[in-house]
Amino acid sequence: MTDQQSSEKDVIARDVAEDSTTAGIEPGVEEVSIKGRSLASDAWIELKHNPLFWVSAVLIVFFVTMAIFPQLFTSTDPDYADLARAREVPSPAAWFGMDSQGYDVYARTIYGARASIMVGLGASVFVLIIGLVMGVISGFAAGWLDAVLSRFGEIFIAIPLLLGGILLLTIYPNRAGDPYLLIVGKIVFVISLLAWPRIMRIMRSSVIQVKPTEYVMAARALGATPLRLIKSHIMPNSIAPVIVVATIDLGAYIAVEATLSFLGIGLQPPAISWGLAISQASGLGSVRNAPHMLIFPSIALSLTVLSFILLGDAVRDALDPKLR
Amino acid sequence: MGQYAIRRILQMIPVVLGTTFIIYASVFALGDPTVGRCGERACPPAYIAAFNAEYNLDKPLLVQYALYLGKLMHGDLGTSFYGNSVATELANRFPTTIKLAAIAVFFEAVIGIAAGIVAGVRKGRFIDSLVMVSTLVVISIPVFVIGTLAQLVFGIKLGWFPVTATQGTLWQLLMPGFVLAALSLAYVARLTRTSLVENLRADYVRTAKAKGLSRNRVIAVHTWRNSLIAVVTFIGLDIGGLMGGAVVTERIFNINGVGSYIFRSINQKDATAVVGAITVLVLIYLAVNLLVDLLYGVLDPRISHD
Repeated sequence: MTDQQSSEKDVIARDVAEDSTTAGIEPGVEEVSIKGRSLASDAWIELKHNPLFWVSAVLIVFFVTMAIFPQLFTSTDPDYADLARAREVPSPAAWFGMDSQGYDVYARTIYGARASIMVGLGASVFVLIIGLVMGVISGFAAGWLDAVLSRFGEIFIAIPLLLGGILLLTIYPNRAGDPYLLIVGKIVFVISLLAWPRIMRIMRSSVIQVKPTEYVMAARALGATPLRLIKSHIMPNSIAPVIVVATIDLGAYIAVEATLSFLGIGLQPPAISWGLAISQASGLGSVRNAPHMLIFPSIALSLTVLSFILLGDAVRDALDPKLR
Repeated sequence: MGQYAIRRILQMIPVVLGTTFIIYASVFALGDPTVGRCGERACPPAYIAAFNAEYNLDKPLLVQYALYLGKLMHGDLGTSFYGNSVATELANRFPTTIKLAAIAVFFEAVIGIAAGIVAGVRKGRFIDSLVMVSTLVVISIPVFVIGTLAQLVFGIKLGWFPVTATQGTLWQLLMPGFVLAALSLAYVARLTRTSLVENLRADYVRTAKAKGLSRNRVIAVHTWRNSLIAVVTFIGLDIGGLMGGAVVTERIFNINGVGSYIFRSINQKDATAVVGAITVLVLIYLAVNLLVDLLYGVLDPRISHD
């Protein structure tokens, strides 16, 4: 894939160069002075014209803002319960109605964004760091180191994400009084521990594709150190597929956090999270009598997951020349 | 092929050892295996000493692990909080869960592949967009939301399906099976579409068309089978996701299977039961992975001849 991208780039650069070649000047010389479009700027031009990109970007900015400054969206205290108004249906006073404890569903939906966004972004950062480092080493070093690292990764990926999460959170249980950040940190840790080999595999095969190309060999012939080869030549040309998968997986991590909270081993009740809200709303009694308790957090959760999947799709379309 | 099979099986050994070691170490060496065995309070020292002796925790780590592996191979998963053998409890519940998973795989394969083919053949038309958008929506809704909504709409409001599946009959498991399948079904449809579209552009398709085959025959005989390789692999590998989903689905629909056993044990803070059940599920997942890899070698001869 990256091969094709770089050759595509070459073709564009050559076309531009030929168009503007004036008599007496070598095309090759001209090519250097023309400001070539990098893969990133190419992709950006493509992205700018994709409405799905803008929809997902706006949604993500919206939810991230909600996670950082929930006060901007509501002035209701999410921890204020009024049992007399329990399960009240949506009204102008409480847009999304009240839940069975008499909490305001709208306020809790707003405040619930924080857990999801923190887990999604946190896990993605760690998964990316570990996966990229291991993938580059594995693909670049080849030989026995590659074999060892690949087998090592297989061990972790053999444990399905949700099952591993259930296992570790049962052995290291969260208690009701635990600080919020500790629980979020645990969930981030579990996801990072089990999910990095996926990124490593993609990065590894991508590095293996880029490594034998002419420009890498040329740089090596010029005496570039391995570190410089990786930093300026291999990384920029092999990272594209990783970005796509990481964006889509971010949505999946958010779903995992919500599922763990739903099962009762993720965040614990004084904390506010969409997974917890859906869990509390999902008993047959609540579903029958107060479906609004279920529907609003569900919509928020699904929209967040959807926006990251859409962003990943849009970035893939922009990076994959075959689809143009 | 024989050589390929042997290599795959040999490669599996370190993975099985590594995975069981991670589970073992995180539970018995690093964690506190007596979590929840004495309710909400900490266990008395005498109990801990007896427990440590029973599970060989007073021996060096590698000896402990070897003894644990030996027990595992004999099907001994320890005893739950109530003194029942975890292995027996699981064996009683597996038939229901397998039935549920089989229904899910059936929906996944039949509806997923059909939708993918319809979309791929009519790429860019309305039906294609419909499949793409609806699968995207399904992918973004977590399974516990789909489950609860299905229960609300089809079980309570419309009354088409039983709301819960306590007896685990085929009819009762139909809706839970579909809910469990939903996410994978969407992925299967998208994957089938993508590989069909890619294969339709391949040279051999042009040759087949050039020699005068009808479009339907080209798709039915040539492309369809080639596109299926990736899909079969996905369905096999997805068993891991299905098992995680089963915990959620069985909790929602009150199905008495392995998933709800895990959920109940989580709530009772019965760590031994959770660990035992999850170890078995991970081992099954690994076995299915190996089978899929071997099947892959049969389906695609290029793989086994490298």
